[in-house]
Amino acid sequence: MSISLHTADVPRSLRPVHTRGDRIFRLGARGVGAFVLVLVGAIGLFLGAQLVPTLHRYGLHFFTENRWIPNRDIVGVSAAILGTVEVAVMALLIAFPLALATALYISEYAPPRLRNFLTLLVDLMAAVPSIVYGVWGYFQLQPYAKLISRWLAEYVGWFPLFQVPGGQPHSASWPKSNFVQSPFIASLVVSMMVVPLACAVMRNVFAQAPLHEREAAMALGATRWGVIRSVVLPFGRAGIVGGTMLGLGRALGETIAVLLILSTSYDLSIHPLHVNGVTLSSFIANGFNEATSGQLSALLAAGFVLFCMTLVVNTLAAMIVNRSRSGATTEI
Amino acid sequence: MTVLAERPPAIEAITGVAPGGPDGDRPRPLRRRDLDDNLSLAGAALGSLAFTWLLYYQFLPLSGVVGFVLAWYAAFLAFYAAVTWQSHPWTVVKDRLMGTVVTAGAVVVGGGLVWTIVTTFWNGFDAFTHPNFFTTSMAGVRTNAAFTQGGILHALVGSGIEIGIAVAIALPLGLGTAVYMSEVGGRFAVVVRTVVEAMTALPDLVAGLFIYTTLVVGLRLGRTGLAAALAIAITMLPIIARSAEVVLRVVPGGLREAGSALGASQWQTVWRVVLPTARPGLATALILGIARGIGETAPVLIVSGLSTFTNADPVHNPMASLPLFAYFAVRSPEKAYITRGYAAASVLLAVVLVLFVVVRLLARQRKATSR
Repeated sequence: MSISLHTADVPRSLRPVHTRGDRIFRLGARGVGAFVLVLVGAIGLFLGAQLVPTLHRYGLHFFTENRWIPNRDIVGVSAAILGTVEVAVMALLIAFPLALATALYISEYAPPRLRNFLTLLVDLMAAVPSIVYGVWGYFQLQPYAKLISRWLAEYVGWFPLFQVPGGQPHSASWPKSNFVQSPFIASLVVSMMVVPLACAVMRNVFAQAPLHEREAAMALGATRWGVIRSVVLPFGRAGIVGGTMLGLGRALGETIAVLLILSTSYDLSIHPLHVNGVTLSSFIANGFNEATSGQLSALLAAGFVLFCMTLVVNTLAAMIVNRSRSGATTEI
Repeated sequence: MTVLAERPPAIEAITGVAPGGPDGDRPRPLRRRDLDDNLSLAGAALGSLAFTWLLYYQFLPLSGVVGFVLAWYAAFLAFYAAVTWQSHPWTVVKDRLMGTVVTAGAVVVGGGLVWTIVTTFWNGFDAFTHPNFFTTSMAGVRTNAAFTQGGILHALVGSGIEIGIAVAIALPLGLGTAVYMSEVGGRFAVVVRTVVEAMTALPDLVAGLFIYTTLVVGLRLGRTGLAAALAIAITMLPIIARSAEVVLRVVPGGLREAGSALGASQWQTVWRVVLPTARPGLATALILGIARGIGETAPVLIVSGLSTFTNADPVHNPMASLPLFAYFAVRSPEKAYITRGYAAASVLLAVVLVLFVVVRLLARQRKATSR
């Protein structure tokens, strides 16, 4: 029984050998992950398939035509695409400063005891069903929002975007029906749904701002705003951009609240304060139940356009947020 | 940040003398508000209120509460800046102004949330205070009937069945995806994570359109509760997967290594160690998914119609659900029916609120067990 002490030290192999059970487990888990990809792919595929008969029938005019008159065979989604972008961009313009302020308040200004509670409130705000926001927007917010519309049309009306055709803003009795159910009011309600989404991402990134850099700024005499400007905001830039884009994705796809507020005429809306307007999602949801089979495939093709728009925006946002997360460890 | 609130004790230990010395050179207080802070704030608020009231209502032909509040806030910012400018450098002026702007933004958002919740309950109050609102359906009840007749039983039953089916499908899939992303990993998992995150903000309407083309038309399933449940499951899946993954990633790696060191296979470690450790967090993920799923209106509107009677059979005939009932009710011209719609929305909101209280309790429990 002699053991040779002179053999060279060879590190033992650490390559894990999976048992059969583990191989099944890893395969199953990978299968579930693949299923999610397949699901998203299938959504795109099945909706995209509806594009074929639609394009076959209407040609590329489907994307450029801004009227929807199925009886005369004139069908196009450009008005709805423009309306969707219009509502989403306005919602974002309103929601971005509010979300940023709320996120900064929770992470920098709020008393530490309240911080968890406020975070929970933001999550709750994100979970409030959109039908509730829609009902609130239509019955509660609209009476006040139309006053803002009127004020804008009255004093900033020289700017084309704030004009209201037939609004007669300076007359004593103003035609209220021209100021309600407008893309502007829809975007106010949508912004209520965008704020918590964007705020949650921003707050998360702000909370990860390195403590020693904060302390360094404080030691150099920075005020609270100085710390925010020099440490928190530069650190959280990716989170701000990513969160806003995630909110944009939500704003593009919001259906029920917009459907409740917008009047349902299919019009190219170039006056956001004026009564008419349409978005892709509200138009699809509104026309779906009465559509004939030909219109149905056109509506589904419009749904595919919506799917592509939101998927691109959301994937970009997810990538930006992920990059910021992986870079959360700062070099010393 | 609580670290910053205390004075670092090291200075005395290192230098051997108390900081500052006889001159009283002390570290500045970082979180405390002194008399100057409070008085400038109160003075600017009151002064601008009086100034705006005078200008707005007395001198200028203006009216309206919205305009008054906006004008007051603008005047307040100007007053506050001017008062601070008297005795402080520009840096402090900027700090105070931005502080008020940030706080005002947060107050607007919080006010919007409170306004939404309060008015929803307030306007539905007349309807949901009658017990029959929860025990009867709208079958054979006219839309303008008194609140002592009819209710939302059909919508409650429908929502319950749809959410049940959706959870039965979305929970295993979402949990499996989360386990794959956090426990198995690899390059493919990064792709899956990106897609799941993009799917979170996928329009709910698109899920409804997908189910409609594949199942309702393709497989001739018809507009039923099952189709609605499947559409809801698609929207719930990414929420559950994402929040579950976050929870699984928090489970300490030492626990997994301990499991492996004891000879457990990876599957055994995940099943016996990782998942039980994360149980409260996983429950939170499920609840967040339910909270999202129960309010889904758009896909349900696409794939299932509204029924006025109680239909507990998910594979035949349309099935009512809470958000769908609320949607159709508030669109009606009948005032009493709009109130019923508000009441249905209140029930929906109450369910979400209760779910969030449960989340809070679970989080507390998790903190207690981790100590």
